[in-house]
Amino acid sequence: MEEVKLHGAWPSPFSYRIIWALQLKGIPYEYVEEDLSNKSSLLLQYNPVHRKIPVFLHGGKPVCESMVILEYIEEVWPNNPLLPNDPNERAVARFWAKFADDKGLSMWKMFRTEGNEQEKARTECQEMLRQLEEHWPAGKKFFGGGSIGMVDIALGGVAHWLPVIEEIVGVNILDPLAFPKLLKWIYNFKEEPIIKQNLPDQNEMFLFLKKQREILFLSP
Amino acid sequence: MAEVKVLGAWPSPFGYRVIWALKHKGVKFEYIEEEDHLNKKSKLRLQSNPVHQKVPVFIHDGKPVAESTVILEYIEETWPQNPLLPQDPYERAMARFWIKLGEDKATTLFFAFIRAVGEDHEKATNEWKELLQILEKHGLGKKFFGGEEIGMADLALGSVVCWLEIFEEIVGVKMIEAVSFPRLHQWIQNFKQEPLIKDNIPDRQKLVSFFKHRREAIVAAAKAS
Repeated sequence: MEEVKLHGAWPSPFSYRIIWALQLKGIPYEYVEEDLSNKSSLLLQYNPVHRKIPVFLHGGKPVCESMVILEYIEEVWPNNPLLPNDPNERAVARFWAKFADDKGLSMWKMFRTEGNEQEKARTECQEMLRQLEEHWPAGKKFFGGGSIGMVDIALGGVAHWLPVIEEIVGVNILDPLAFPKLLKWIYNFKEEPIIKQNLPDQNEMFLFLKKQREILFLSP
Repeated sequence: MAEVKVLGAWPSPFGYRVIWALKHKGVKFEYIEEEDHLNKKSKLRLQSNPVHQKVPVFIHDGKPVAESTVILEYIEETWPQNPLLPQDPYERAMARFWIKLGEDKATTLFFAFIRAVGEDHEKATNEWKELLQILEKHGLGKKFFGGEEIGMADLALGSVVCWLEIFEEIVGVKMIEAVSFPRLHQWIQNFKQEPLIKDNIPDRQKLVSFFKHRREAIVAAAKAS
Protein backbone atom coordinates (compact mmCIF):
# COMPACT_ATOMS: atom_id res chain seq x y z
CA MET A 1 0.00 0.00 0.00
CA GLU A 2 1.23 3.49 -0.77
CA GLU A 3 2.53 5.58 2.09
CA VAL A 4 0.04 7.80 3.93
CA LYS A 5 1.25 10.85 5.83
CA LEU A 6 -0.47 13.70 7.60
CA HIS A 7 1.19 17.03 8.39
CA GLY A 8 -0.84 18.59 11.18
CA ALA A 9 -0.72 20.69 14.32
CA TRP A 10 -2.03 19.52 17.69
CA PRO A 11 -4.15 22.62 18.49
CA SER A 12 -5.94 22.56 15.12
CA PRO A 13 -9.47 21.16 14.65
CA PHE A 14 -8.80 21.00 10.90
CA SER A 15 -5.92 18.62 11.55
CA TYR A 16 -8.19 16.45 13.70
CA ARG A 17 -10.80 16.18 10.96
CA ILE A 18 -8.27 14.13 9.02
CA ILE A 19 -7.10 12.11 12.04
CA TRP A 20 -10.71 11.15 12.80
CA ALA A 21 -11.40 10.10 9.19
CA LEU A 22 -8.23 7.98 9.04
CA GLN A 23 -8.95 6.36 12.41
CA LEU A 24 -12.62 5.69 11.58
CA LYS A 25 -11.56 3.94 8.37
CA GLY A 26 -8.64 2.12 10.01
CA ILE A 27 -6.05 3.58 7.65
CA PRO A 28 -2.49 3.42 8.96
CA TYR A 29 -0.61 6.70 8.60
CA GLU A 30 2.45 8.59 9.74
CA TYR A 31 1.78 11.83 11.58
CA VAL A 32 4.13 14.80 11.28
CA GLU A 33 3.68 17.62 13.80
CA GLU A 34 4.22 21.07 12.30
CA ASP A 35 5.27 24.01 14.43
CA LEU A 36 3.01 26.75 13.06
CA SER A 37 5.35 29.47 14.33
CA ASN A 38 8.17 27.88 12.32
CA LYS A 39 6.69 26.16 9.27
CA SER A 40 8.83 23.48 7.66
CA SER A 41 10.11 23.98 4.13
CA LEU A 42 8.30 20.74 3.26
CA LEU A 43 4.96 22.27 4.26
CA LEU A 44 5.62 25.34 2.14
CA GLN A 45 6.53 23.06 -0.73
CA TYR A 46 3.39 20.92 -0.37
CA ASN A 47 0.98 23.80 0.13
CA PRO A 48 2.43 26.80 -1.70
CA VAL A 49 -0.95 28.49 -2.10
CA HIS A 50 -2.14 28.57 1.52
CA ARG A 51 0.93 27.41 3.50
CA LYS A 52 -1.37 25.76 6.02
CA ILE A 53 -1.97 22.44 7.66
CA PRO A 54 -3.41 19.90 7.34
CA VAL A 55 -1.56 18.53 4.34
CA PHE A 56 -2.32 14.94 3.43
CA LEU A 57 0.20 12.90 1.46
CA HIS A 58 -0.62 9.72 -0.39
CA GLY A 59 2.32 8.10 -2.16
CA GLY A 60 4.14 11.42 -1.81
CA LYS A 61 1.40 13.46 -3.56
CA PRO A 62 -0.02 16.30 -1.42
CA VAL A 63 -3.72 17.11 -0.99
CA CYS A 64 -4.60 20.36 0.82
CA GLU A 65 -7.75 21.80 2.45
CA SER A 66 -9.35 19.57 5.08
CA MET A 67 -12.74 19.18 3.35
CA VAL A 68 -11.03 18.33 0.04
CA ILE A 69 -8.86 15.78 1.88
CA LEU A 70 -11.96 14.19 3.44
CA GLU A 71 -13.56 13.74 0.00
CA TYR A 72 -10.31 12.20 -1.27
CA ILE A 73 -10.06 9.78 1.66
CA GLU A 74 -13.74 8.84 1.18
CA GLU A 75 -13.13 8.00 -2.49
CA VAL A 76 -9.87 6.10 -2.08
CA TRP A 77 -10.95 4.14 1.06
CA PRO A 78 -14.74 3.63 0.71
CA ASN A 79 -14.98 1.30 3.74
CA ASN A 80 -16.80 2.75 6.76
CA PRO A 81 -18.30 5.48 4.58
CA LEU A 82 -18.54 9.06 5.81
CA LEU A 83 -21.20 10.00 3.26
CA PRO A 84 -24.58 8.31 2.65
CA ASN A 85 -25.24 6.23 -0.48
CA ASP A 86 -28.31 8.06 -1.72
CA PRO A 87 -27.38 11.05 -3.97
CA ASN A 88 -29.89 13.43 -2.42
CA GLU A 89 -28.80 12.52 1.10
CA ARG A 90 -25.18 13.02 0.01
CA ALA A 91 -26.09 16.48 -1.25
CA VAL A 92 -27.75 17.29 2.08
CA ALA A 93 -24.64 16.06 3.92
CA ARG A 94 -22.35 18.13 1.68
CA PHE A 95 -24.56 21.16 2.23
CA TRP A 96 -24.22 20.89 6.01
CA ALA A 97 -20.52 20.00 5.87
CA LYS A 98 -19.96 23.18 3.84
CA PHE A 99 -22.13 25.12 6.27
CA ALA A 100 -20.12 23.85 9.25
CA ASP A 101 -16.83 24.55 7.48
CA ASP A 102 -17.80 28.08 6.36
CA LYS A 103 -19.64 29.25 9.46
CA GLY A 104 -17.32 27.51 11.93
CA LEU A 105 -14.72 30.13 11.10
CA SER A 106 -16.77 32.61 13.11
CA MET A 107 -15.57 31.04 16.38
CA TRP A 108 -11.98 31.73 15.36
CA LYS A 109 -12.88 35.26 14.36
CA MET A 110 -14.35 35.67 17.84
CA PHE A 111 -11.08 34.40 19.28
CA ARG A 112 -8.92 36.76 17.22
CA THR A 113 -10.89 40.00 17.68
CA GLU A 114 -12.35 42.30 20.29
CA GLY A 115 -14.96 45.02 20.52
CA ASN A 116 -17.46 45.42 17.67
CA GLU A 117 -15.71 42.93 15.42
CA GLN A 118 -15.86 40.28 18.12
CA GLU A 119 -19.51 41.02 18.79
CA LYS A 120 -20.22 40.56 15.09
CA ALA A 121 -18.37 37.22 15.09
CA ARG A 122 -20.23 36.11 18.20
CA THR A 123 -23.58 36.86 16.51
CA GLU A 124 -22.48 34.83 13.46
CA CYS A 125 -21.45 31.95 15.69
CA GLN A 126 -24.77 32.00 17.52
CA GLU A 127 -26.67 32.10 14.24
CA MET A 128 -24.72 29.08 13.02
CA LEU A 129 -25.71 27.11 16.12
CA ARG A 130 -29.31 28.26 15.79
CA GLN A 131 -29.51 26.99 12.21
CA LEU A 132 -27.96 23.67 13.19
CA GLU A 133 -30.36 23.22 16.08
CA GLU A 134 -33.35 24.12 13.93
CA HIS A 135 -32.48 21.77 11.08
CA TRP A 136 -30.96 18.92 13.07
CA PRO A 137 -32.17 15.59 11.61
CA ALA A 138 -34.80 14.17 13.92
CA GLY A 139 -33.96 11.16 16.07
CA LYS A 140 -30.39 10.71 14.84
CA LYS A 141 -27.49 10.17 17.21
CA PHE A 142 -25.07 11.72 14.77
CA PHE A 143 -25.69 13.85 11.73
CA GLY A 144 -24.50 10.86 9.73
CA GLY A 145 -27.14 8.64 11.40
CA GLY A 146 -26.02 5.80 13.65
CA SER A 147 -22.37 6.40 12.93
CA ILE A 148 -20.15 9.45 12.56
CA GLY A 149 -20.14 11.04 9.12
CA MET A 150 -18.61 13.95 7.27
CA VAL A 151 -20.89 16.56 8.84
CA ASP A 152 -20.07 15.39 12.36
CA ILE A 153 -16.37 15.55 11.53
CA ALA A 154 -16.72 19.05 10.07
CA LEU A 155 -18.51 20.12 13.27
CA GLY A 156 -15.77 18.77 15.56
CA GLY A 157 -14.54 22.30 16.18
CA VAL A 158 -17.87 23.23 17.77
CA ALA A 159 -17.74 20.17 20.03
CA HIS A 160 -14.27 20.52 21.48
CA TRP A 161 -12.74 23.88 20.56
CA LEU A 162 -15.66 26.28 20.94
CA PRO A 163 -15.99 25.61 24.70
CA VAL A 164 -12.32 26.53 25.14
CA ILE A 165 -12.71 29.71 23.07
CA GLU A 166 -15.80 30.61 25.07
CA GLU A 167 -13.83 30.42 28.29
CA ILE A 168 -10.93 32.48 26.93
CA VAL A 169 -12.99 35.33 25.49
CA GLY A 170 -15.59 35.20 28.26
CA VAL A 171 -18.77 34.39 26.35
CA ASN A 172 -21.40 31.73 26.81
CA ILE A 173 -22.96 30.63 23.53
CA LEU A 174 -23.37 26.88 23.97
CA ASP A 175 -26.45 27.26 26.13
CA PRO A 176 -28.14 23.87 26.78
CA LEU A 177 -31.55 25.55 27.00
CA ALA A 178 -31.15 27.16 23.57
CA PHE A 179 -29.37 24.23 21.89
CA PRO A 180 -30.50 20.95 23.48
CA LYS A 181 -30.01 18.78 20.35
CA LEU A 182 -26.60 20.24 19.65
CA LEU A 183 -25.39 19.77 23.22
CA LYS A 184 -26.60 16.17 23.16
CA TRP A 185 -24.70 15.64 19.92
CA ILE A 186 -21.55 17.16 21.43
CA TYR A 187 -21.75 14.68 24.29
CA ASN A 188 -22.32 11.69 21.97
CA PHE A 189 -19.60 12.81 19.58
CA LYS A 190 -16.93 13.18 22.27
CA GLU A 191 -17.93 9.89 23.93
CA GLU A 192 -17.50 7.92 20.71
CA PRO A 193 -14.33 5.87 21.37
CA ILE A 194 -12.39 6.87 18.25
CA ILE A 195 -13.10 10.55 18.88
CA LYS A 196 -12.49 10.30 22.63
CA GLN A 197 -9.07 8.73 22.02
CA ASN A 198 -8.19 11.42 19.47
CA LEU A 199 -8.78 14.79 21.04
CA PRO A 200 -6.20 17.29 22.28
CA ASP A 201 -6.16 17.87 26.02
CA GLN A 202 -8.55 20.73 26.72
CA ASN A 203 -6.45 22.21 29.52
CA GLU A 204 -3.35 22.27 27.36
CA MET A 205 -5.40 23.85 24.61
CA PHE A 206 -6.78 26.48 26.94
CA LEU A 207 -3.26 27.46 28.01
CA PHE A 208 -1.96 27.46 24.43
CA LEU A 209 -4.85 29.48 22.99
CA LYS A 210 -4.85 31.89 25.92
CA LYS A 211 -1.20 32.63 25.21
CA GLN A 212 -1.97 33.04 21.48
CA ARG A 213 -4.67 35.58 22.25
CA GLU A 214 -2.36 37.50 24.58
CA ILE A 215 0.27 37.67 21.84
CA LEU A 216 -2.37 38.95 19.40
CA PHE A 217 -3.28 41.85 21.66
CA LEU A 218 0.15 42.86 22.88
CA SER A 219 0.56 46.56 22.30
CA PRO A 220 3.13 47.24 19.54
CA MET B 1 -38.69 10.93 -16.28
CA ALA B 2 -38.00 12.72 -13.04
CA GLU B 3 -38.49 16.44 -13.17
CA VAL B 4 -35.49 18.78 -13.01
CA LYS B 5 -35.93 22.43 -12.10
CA VAL B 6 -33.49 25.27 -11.58
CA LEU B 7 -34.48 28.39 -9.70
CA GLY B 8 -32.11 31.22 -10.53
CA ALA B 9 -31.65 34.94 -11.02
CA TRP B 10 -30.36 36.08 -14.41
CA PRO B 11 -27.66 38.49 -13.12
CA SER B 12 -26.15 35.85 -10.82
CA PRO B 13 -23.11 33.85 -11.99
CA PHE B 14 -23.84 31.05 -9.49
CA GLY B 15 -26.99 29.96 -11.31
CA TYR B 16 -25.08 29.66 -14.58
CA ARG B 17 -22.71 27.10 -13.03
CA VAL B 18 -25.76 24.84 -12.66
CA ILE B 19 -27.19 25.66 -16.11
CA TRP B 20 -23.85 24.98 -17.80
CA ALA B 21 -23.43 21.65 -16.00
CA LEU B 22 -26.91 20.48 -17.01
CA LYS B 23 -26.48 21.58 -20.64
CA HIS B 24 -23.02 20.00 -20.82
CA LYS B 25 -24.59 16.68 -19.82
CA GLY B 26 -27.68 17.09 -22.00
CA VAL B 27 -30.06 17.04 -19.03
CA LYS B 28 -33.45 18.62 -19.74
CA PHE B 29 -34.60 21.07 -17.10
CA GLU B 30 -37.12 23.78 -16.44
CA TYR B 31 -35.63 27.15 -15.59
CA ILE B 32 -37.57 29.39 -13.22
CA GLU B 33 -36.54 33.01 -12.90
CA GLU B 34 -36.60 34.44 -9.39
CA GLU B 35 -38.15 37.77 -10.33
CA ASP B 36 -36.74 40.89 -8.67
CA HIS B 37 -34.47 38.62 -6.61
CA LEU B 38 -32.85 41.43 -4.63
CA ASN B 39 -36.13 42.68 -3.24
CA LYS B 40 -38.40 39.66 -3.19
CA LYS B 41 -38.04 36.05 -2.06
CA SER B 42 -40.44 33.62 -3.70
CA LYS B 43 -42.19 30.91 -1.72
CA LEU B 44 -40.28 28.33 -3.74
CA ARG B 45 -36.96 29.93 -2.80
CA LEU B 46 -37.81 30.03 0.91
CA GLN B 47 -39.15 26.48 0.91
CA SER B 48 -36.24 25.03 -1.03
CA ASN B 49 -33.45 26.89 0.73
CA PRO B 50 -34.67 27.85 4.20
CA VAL B 51 -31.14 28.12 5.62
CA HIS B 52 -29.60 30.64 3.20
CA GLN B 53 -32.71 31.80 1.29
CA LYS B 54 -30.61 32.21 -1.85
CA VAL B 55 -30.60 31.10 -5.44
CA PRO B 56 -29.69 29.00 -7.31
CA VAL B 57 -31.77 26.14 -6.01
CA PHE B 58 -31.90 22.84 -7.82
CA ILE B 59 -34.93 20.60 -7.55
CA HIS B 60 -34.85 16.99 -8.73
CA ASP B 61 -37.98 14.94 -8.45
CA GLY B 62 -39.31 17.40 -5.89
CA LYS B 63 -36.23 17.27 -3.65
CA PRO B 64 -34.23 20.50 -3.36
CA VAL B 65 -30.46 20.91 -3.30
CA ALA B 66 -28.90 24.26 -2.38
CA GLU B 67 -25.39 25.77 -2.77
CA SER B 68 -24.11 25.77 -6.35
CA THR B 69 -20.95 23.71 -5.70
CA VAL B 70 -23.01 21.08 -3.83
CA ILE B 71 -25.46 21.08 -6.75
CA LEU B 72 -22.57 20.52 -9.20
CA GLU B 73 -21.41 17.45 -7.25
CA TYR B 74 -24.99 16.13 -7.21
CA ILE B 75 -25.38 16.63 -10.97
CA GLU B 76 -22.04 14.89 -11.58
CA GLU B 77 -23.10 11.87 -9.52
CA THR B 78 -26.63 11.62 -10.87
CA TRP B 79 -25.75 12.09 -14.57
CA PRO B 80 -22.23 10.69 -15.02
CA GLN B 81 -22.14 11.18 -18.82
CA ASN B 82 -19.82 13.92 -20.10
CA PRO B 83 -18.01 14.02 -16.77
CA LEU B 84 -17.02 17.33 -15.22
CA LEU B 85 -14.52 15.79 -12.82
CA PRO B 86 -11.55 13.57 -13.72
CA GLN B 87 -11.69 9.84 -13.01
CA ASP B 88 -8.50 9.73 -10.96
CA PRO B 89 -9.09 10.52 -7.25
CA TYR B 90 -5.95 12.67 -6.97
CA GLU B 91 -6.92 14.73 -10.01
CA ARG B 92 -10.41 15.09 -8.53
CA ALA B 93 -8.86 16.40 -5.31
CA MET B 94 -6.90 18.97 -7.34
CA ALA B 95 -10.10 20.11 -9.07
CA ARG B 96 -11.92 20.36 -5.73
CA PHE B 97 -9.02 22.40 -4.29
CA TRP B 98 -9.48 25.02 -7.02
CA ILE B 99 -13.25 24.98 -6.67
CA LYS B 100 -12.89 25.62 -2.93
CA LEU B 101 -10.39 28.41 -3.51
CA GLY B 102 -12.87 29.92 -5.92
CA GLU B 103 -15.65 29.67 -3.34
CA ASP B 104 -13.65 31.02 -0.42
CA LYS B 105 -11.89 33.87 -2.20
CA ALA B 106 -13.54 34.66 -5.51
CA THR B 107 -17.10 34.55 -4.21
CA THR B 108 -16.23 36.86 -1.30
CA LEU B 109 -14.60 39.25 -3.75
CA PHE B 110 -17.62 39.11 -6.02
CA PHE B 111 -19.82 40.55 -3.29
CA ALA B 112 -17.14 42.92 -2.02
CA PHE B 113 -16.73 44.50 -5.44
CA ILE B 114 -20.42 45.30 -5.61
CA ARG B 115 -21.03 46.26 -2.02
CA ALA B 116 -17.81 47.58 -0.47
CA VAL B 117 -16.88 51.24 -0.44
CA GLY B 118 -13.76 53.21 0.41
CA GLU B 119 -11.06 51.31 2.27
CA ASP B 120 -12.95 48.01 2.09
CA HIS B 121 -13.16 48.34 -1.67
CA GLU B 122 -9.43 48.99 -1.95
CA LYS B 123 -8.81 45.91 0.19
CA ALA B 124 -11.01 43.90 -2.19
CA THR B 125 -9.03 45.15 -5.19
CA ASN B 126 -5.77 44.02 -3.59
CA GLU B 127 -7.21 40.62 -2.73
CA TRP B 128 -8.46 40.29 -6.33
CA LYS B 129 -4.91 40.89 -7.56
CA GLU B 130 -3.57 38.28 -5.11
CA LEU B 131 -6.10 35.71 -6.28
CA LEU B 132 -5.19 36.34 -9.93
CA GLN B 133 -1.53 35.87 -9.03
CA ILE B 134 -2.28 32.55 -7.31
CA LEU B 135 -4.29 31.28 -10.29
CA GLU B 136 -1.62 32.43 -12.74
CA LYS B 137 1.27 30.91 -10.81
CA HIS B 138 -0.22 27.68 -9.46
CA GLY B 139 -3.44 26.86 -11.21
CA LEU B 140 -3.18 27.25 -14.92
CA GLY B 141 -1.16 25.68 -17.67
CA LYS B 142 -3.55 23.72 -19.84
CA LYS B 143 -6.45 24.95 -21.93
CA PHE B 144 -8.81 24.55 -18.98
CA PHE B 145 -8.49 23.54 -15.32
CA GLY B 146 -10.04 20.29 -16.51
CA GLY B 147 -7.33 19.78 -19.14
CA GLU B 148 -8.33 19.88 -22.79
CA GLU B 149 -11.99 19.75 -21.86
CA ILE B 150 -13.96 22.09 -19.65
CA GLY B 151 -14.54 20.79 -16.12
CA MET B 152 -16.15 21.61 -12.78
CA ALA B 153 -13.32 23.90 -11.66
CA ASP B 154 -13.69 25.91 -14.88
CA LEU B 155 -17.43 26.31 -14.33
CA ALA B 156 -16.94 27.29 -10.68
CA LEU B 157 -14.09 29.74 -11.25
CA GLY B 158 -14.93 30.86 -14.76
CA SER B 159 -18.37 32.07 -13.74
CA VAL B 160 -17.06 34.38 -11.03
CA VAL B 161 -14.03 35.56 -13.05
CA CYS B 162 -16.28 36.47 -16.02
CA TRP B 163 -18.45 38.58 -13.78
CA LEU B 164 -15.47 40.12 -12.00
CA GLU B 165 -14.12 41.15 -15.40
CA ILE B 166 -17.35 43.07 -15.91
CA PHE B 167 -16.97 44.67 -12.49
CA GLU B 168 -13.47 45.75 -13.46
CA GLU B 169 -15.07 47.73 -16.25
CA ILE B 170 -17.60 49.29 -13.88
CA VAL B 171 -15.15 50.33 -11.17
CA GLY B 172 -12.45 51.29 -13.68
CA VAL B 173 -9.78 48.83 -12.57
CA LYS B 174 -8.33 46.68 -15.32
CA MET B 175 -6.42 43.70 -14.03
CA ILE B 176 -6.95 40.69 -16.24
CA GLU B 177 -4.53 41.67 -18.98
CA ALA B 178 -2.50 39.39 -21.23
CA VAL B 179 0.71 41.19 -20.35
CA SER B 180 0.40 40.74 -16.55
CA PHE B 181 -1.50 37.44 -16.43
CA PRO B 182 -0.85 35.61 -19.73
CA ARG B 183 -2.10 32.17 -18.67
CA LEU B 184 -5.14 33.52 -16.85
CA HIS B 185 -6.00 35.78 -19.75
CA GLN B 186 -5.76 32.86 -22.18
CA TRP B 187 -7.85 30.62 -19.93
CA ILE B 188 -10.68 33.13 -19.56
CA GLN B 189 -10.71 33.66 -23.37
CA ASN B 190 -10.88 29.88 -23.88
CA PHE B 191 -13.69 29.73 -21.35
CA LYS B 192 -15.77 32.54 -22.86
CA GLN B 193 -15.36 31.15 -26.37
CA GLU B 194 -16.49 27.67 -25.48
CA PRO B 195 -19.95 27.26 -27.13
CA LEU B 196 -21.47 25.91 -23.89
CA ILE B 197 -20.60 29.19 -22.17
CA LYS B 198 -20.97 31.59 -25.09
CA ASP B 199 -24.50 30.41 -25.89
CA ASN B 200 -25.63 30.41 -22.27
CA ILE B 201 -24.51 33.66 -20.73
CA PRO B 202 -26.46 36.90 -20.38
CA ASP B 203 -25.78 39.78 -22.72
CA ARG B 204 -22.72 41.66 -21.50
CA GLN B 205 -24.27 45.11 -21.85
CA LYS B 206 -27.30 44.00 -19.90
CA LEU B 207 -25.03 42.80 -17.09
CA VAL B 208 -22.94 45.99 -17.15
CA SER B 209 -26.10 48.06 -16.94
CA PHE B 210 -27.58 46.01 -14.10
CA PHE B 211 -24.45 46.06 -11.94
CA LYS B 212 -23.65 49.67 -12.72
CA HIS B 213 -27.05 50.70 -11.37
CA ARG B 214 -26.64 48.44 -8.38
CA ARG B 215 -23.20 49.86 -7.60
CA GLU B 216 -24.39 53.45 -8.03
CA ALA B 217 -27.24 52.86 -5.61
CA ILE B 218 -24.90 51.36 -3.03
CA VAL B 219 -22.29 54.12 -3.32
CA ALA B 220 -25.02 56.77 -3.06
CA ALA B 221 -26.45 55.11 0.04
CA ALA B 222 -22.98 54.92 1.61
CA LYS B 223 -22.37 58.63 0.96
CA ALA B 224 -25.75 59.57 2.41
CA SER B 225 -25.18 57.67 5.68
